[in-house]
Amino acid sequence: MKRGAPGLWAAALSVYAFLYVPLAIVVLFSFNDSMLSAEWVGFTTRWYATLFADQQMLDAAANSLFIALSAASLSTVLGTMAGLAMARRRSAWLGGLPLLVLGPVAMPELLLGVSLLLFFRQVLDLTLGLLSILIAHVTFSIGFVAVVVRSSLAMLDESIFEAARDLGASSWQTFRHVTLPLIRPAVLAGFLMSFTLSIDDFVITFFVAGVGVTTLPLQIYSLIKVAVTPEINAVSTLLMALTLTLIALAAKLAPDALKGRL
Amino acid sequence: MPLLEIRKVSRRFGDLKALDDVSLSIEAGEFFTLVGPSGCGKTTLLRMIAGFDEPDDGELLLDGRLLAGISPEKRPVHTVFQSYALFPHLSVAQNVAFPLEMAGVGRDERRRRLAEALALVALTDKAERYPNELSGGQKQRVALARSLIDQPRVLLLDEPLAALDAKLREQIQGELIALQRKIGITFVFVTHSQQEALALSQRIAVMNQGRIEQIGAPAEIYNYPKNRFVADFIGTINLLPVEVREAAADHLRLFASGLGDLVGPPAATARPGQHGVLALRPEQVGIVAGVPAQELGNHFQGRVRDYLYLGDVTVYKVALDNGVIVEALVANSLPGPTRFLERGDPVGIAWRRDAGVYLHD
Repeated sequence: MKRGAPGLWAAALSVYAFLYVPLAIVVLFSFNDSMLSAEWVGFTTRWYATLFADQQMLDAAANSLFIALSAASLSTVLGTMAGLAMARRRSAWLGGLPLLVLGPVAMPELLLGVSLLLFFRQVLDLTLGLLSILIAHVTFSIGFVAVVVRSSLAMLDESIFEAARDLGASSWQTFRHVTLPLIRPAVLAGFLMSFTLSIDDFVITFFVAGVGVTTLPLQIYSLIKVAVTPEINAVSTLLMALTLTLIALAAKLAPDALKGRL
Repeated sequence: MPLLEIRKVSRRFGDLKALDDVSLSIEAGEFFTLVGPSGCGKTTLLRMIAGFDEPDDGELLLDGRLLAGISPEKRPVHTVFQSYALFPHLSVAQNVAFPLEMAGVGRDERRRRLAEALALVALTDKAERYPNELSGGQKQRVALARSLIDQPRVLLLDEPLAALDAKLREQIQGELIALQRKIGITFVFVTHSQQEALALSQRIAVMNQGRIEQIGAPAEIYNYPKNRFVADFIGTINLLPVEVREAAADHLRLFASGLGDLVGPPAATARPGQHGVLALRPEQVGIVAGVPAQELGNHFQGRVRDYLYLGDVTVYKVALDNGVIVEALVANSLPGPTRFLERGDPVGIAWRRDAGVYLHD
């Protein structure tokens, strides 16, 4: 951008303001020393203290972390395998696979939530709970991991994998000593993205959670139905910080993969 | 017994015949080159030897043992890829020691052989560098050291010089020949450059459209091409259309329409009345201003059409009376400023009666 284009700067600033001012207000009011969020009274961290004393909130957070870690681990393994298969493109059948893996990513969440609910209840006859949430989260995360892994493979010279075989490495040794080290940043980025998607998810979780189990977004929603308390601002701030950190980390690990190259 | 034997190998990709009944054998310690235009099947053949492809028909034998079904990692054959295919996440030392590590060679042994391999390609001081810190020539030497460290029976080289600039390419050609002589490992080299093939090889196989056109030593291929394709592909050549008048044991009497009679070297396949070409290298054609040199044998009149000054030599294109254009190569061996014949100058051209090769249509 040319220096001295104030119009452009103003436009850019207002777009960022549009995006981030509402978030900044949530952060700001999480430190506001007032039960009513309407005006600024003074700085405090007591809402965070309240938050960490709220057993329901802590249980929900524990569930969310457990689900996010498990879902991210599973999606990373499955998504990496899918990405490797897609990059190889040995058959016409595999040529169509990228779209299939991306289906759950592109589908409206509402639709995915409803169809997963029907599937769990009427086909599997599964009791809704941690397991159903976990499976649902894996479903929509695999595609992201697969795409990131595939695009990182696409940037590598294919002959290095042949070179490894040529120089005496078995298929497993090639994967262990060549492929995996080279795609490790993408795999990690995929893991972080899956984790973020899982911990933030509301819509799909809402459908498949059942009655007994609650996650952090569900808990926030149930509180918000009563009133927006500063405690909600506090938990939202923490969730936001975690998400942004993970996304930034993922973007650093696999910069090209996150630019949406499919 | 030859080290590597290729017997009646064919390979089709859809409608395309990549290899069509190819047979050849390569001796231990040989520097053998497969040369041909792109798409001639040379890379397919190389990939079969490496184990990345299998023939539809025919068989490959290494040390008398069938290679069919043996996967690439189990063949005592390594490849230097065109892109070098160095592992970007491994240092030079780790790259070079890779085959030993995969084979589970012990630490001390590995260290000793790594030092040897790095010394062989003069890269000892670059051991801790990473591939992205190396020049093209250094990458190439890493790829060589990596492929030679566990002493394969055959080293395959897939156009390894294509990515280098001309000056470096010449230097590395010399290094490759010296290296191959020193270690005595069989090299099978693939290139589309006839110059590389002539400069490097002990024997050359010229390939075209999946078939082998001719196999022989560089001088044999250059001087006695078997057919028009080889004549045309290897070096520059003049093709003068002729008709056979008489086929004697020690010479041919030929007739070039619009020029007259001439004499050529004997050819077993020539029969009187047959049409063909006399293939003559530009350096075999002499050029003189004015009257042609009678003593050379075949001599004709023409006019300079064009010339190309290349420093060491000048290539004249001379239009003969019958319209055929003949290239003649003149060495610029006289000191002082080079004097050129100008476009349109009448000249005589001449060549020895035993020069060239007769190729029938």
